[in-house]
Amino acid sequence: MDLIANLSMGFGVAFTPINLLYAFIGCMLGTLIGVLPGIGPVATIAMLLPATYALPPVSALIMLAGIYYGAQYGGSTTAILVNLPGESSSVVTTIDGYQMARKGRAGPALAAAGLGSFFAGSIGTLILAAFAPPLTELAFKFGPAEYFSLMVLGLIGAVVLASGSLLKAIAMIILGLLMGLVGTDVNSGVARFSFDIPELTDGIGFVTIAMGVFGYGEIISNLSRPEDEREVFTAKVEGLFPTLEDFKNLLPAVLRGTALGSLLGVLPGGGALLAAFAAYTIEKKTKLKPGEVPFGQGNIRGVAAPESANNAGAQTSFIPLLTLGIPPNAVMALMVGAMTIHNIQPGPQVMTSNPQLFWGLIASMWLGNLMLVILNLPLIGMWIKLLTVPYRFLFPSIVLFCAIGVYSTNNNTFDIWMVAIFGLIGYLFLKLGCEPAPLLLGFILGPMMEENLRRALLLSRGDWSVFVTRPLSGGLLAAALLLLVIVLLPSVKSKREEAFVEE
Amino acid sequence: MSIKSQKDFFSGLMFLVVGAAFAWGATSYSVGTGARMGPGYFPLLLGVLLAILGGVVMFYSLVVETPKGDKVGSFAWRPIGYILGSNLAFGILLGGLPSIKLPSMGLIVAIYALVLIASKAGDNYRLRDVLILATALAVGSYLAFIVLLKLQMPVWPTFIAG
Repeated sequence: MDLIANLSMGFGVAFTPINLLYAFIGCMLGTLIGVLPGIGPVATIAMLLPATYALPPVSALIMLAGIYYGAQYGGSTTAILVNLPGESSSVVTTIDGYQMARKGRAGPALAAAGLGSFFAGSIGTLILAAFAPPLTELAFKFGPAEYFSLMVLGLIGAVVLASGSLLKAIAMIILGLLMGLVGTDVNSGVARFSFDIPELTDGIGFVTIAMGVFGYGEIISNLSRPEDEREVFTAKVEGLFPTLEDFKNLLPAVLRGTALGSLLGVLPGGGALLAAFAAYTIEKKTKLKPGEVPFGQGNIRGVAAPESANNAGAQTSFIPLLTLGIPPNAVMALMVGAMTIHNIQPGPQVMTSNPQLFWGLIASMWLGNLMLVILNLPLIGMWIKLLTVPYRFLFPSIVLFCAIGVYSTNNNTFDIWMVAIFGLIGYLFLKLGCEPAPLLLGFILGPMMEENLRRALLLSRGDWSVFVTRPLSGGLLAAALLLLVIVLLPSVKSKREEAFVEE
Repeated sequence: MSIKSQKDFFSGLMFLVVGAAFAWGATSYSVGTGARMGPGYFPLLLGVLLAILGGVVMFYSLVVETPKGDKVGSFAWRPIGYILGSNLAFGILLGGLPSIKLPSMGLIVAIYALVLIASKAGDNYRLRDVLILATALAVGSYLAFIVLLKLQMPVWPTFIAG
């Protein structure tokens, strides 16, 4: 079978000592930032991009991917023990996880989260391996019109499922698209919006935007709030293993969470956050067994389901990236950046032109998940210690790593000035209630969209109807429109707002 | 007519102005036609779209009631100043500033400057702690970035390293 042959090649790549080491580093770093509130995977991956220049592309991507799913694990630990979601996708885990910890059942909660995540991660990886090849086949049938429509669908999907105002999110996408156009136009050689600054003719550095907006912007906004009190359960975590009773409750929840997470991860804008949220909502709707602890008071299902879902979602959100070259969320947008830095054009051709990279990355994800579950449970004590590191030590370090990372991208101080400007802009966005993630997606897709629009209209001699008359393209646009209509329906609209308020 | 949501009003204004600016800038490049797009075509299209969306957001902010008026709130100038200032100091010290004949002072000096200035952005500033942190970060960065990752950047001031 092809799948097995491919996977064994992947494991051959992933099992080399050097790649194991980078997967390990990635997982550790990911867990670390997952545990620490105030810094997320987007800023971390942006910071580390320059450090991966010297690595072979496979190792670089393996490490960066490790950061992403490692963060999902780390986030759950703090959610359970400190009632503080280290990662946005662990927000719902705090509800029941922290209550379990307060009742002295921190051990089973952590084990449920860890084992659920591992199971979901494994399934997610398998799905990725099984579905990537057929989707890639489909992608080869895509012409420029289809790609353009697919990107429209992706961008619309990303904002529909995100929180906050829909209009503002769409505006942020367009702003991102525009910023992506700064620099030399590939077709005419005209330097657009570069104000005669030589550095700008290469375009705005993608690392500078990510770090400025997600790194500096967040730090400034964190510092403007008083430090919150943290109640840490440093008291011994004992009785790690869930009881048989727990397992009986946990298993169906893990299965449901995994299924839902895998599905939602593939959708544009989905990924870990939405998956966790939806999984919790479903668990809440299912009937309680007699004698079971109600939700919100420490039900183990309320921990297992969202944690499985966010991990499954984290895995399957690689599908659109690896098969179509379209990033479904901000972290995947950074992965596109990482691939382009290493001269790999993301898209369907990756699987045929770089099979080592493709299958190696997939195999490494499963290994990484295994490492995480083995590492995390014994190391919980260490992660908890880290939480006692005060923010006043943390933030200067983050500022420093951002600055070094930005400088080393091009060995140019110009990027340092740019990141300062984007830090200010990022803070402004937060103040004005504009979510920055859609901006980053737009920024990545801007040049691709223009190129595909240009080609599609060139082929159709300027006839815009080509986007609706070609069946695939028309279908994709119809799906985008449908999404918008559904979200704007009054009943759905109020539900959506309700859902995000609860969060 | 009064502003019902300050956040939306000002973000709408921002989109409107930025969109208009991009659209206006795009007209200085050749726009072309759909079949033969010039470099100005796509940015003009997006700029106009952004400006329209900004206008709509502004309109809603004047019409739709929000519970607390969605105030933007005061700006945290202190963190902004220190964080961005530390970043600028880092850049100047690391790369030097040829326009005022400031030579490059290297990574180590730049790290101390960055940590000292950035720490000021927080609430409790203790010089001893900050110096310890700066030293730890300087040693750590030297080992990680220069020794291990072999990034190319000046480590010591040019007048010492030559």
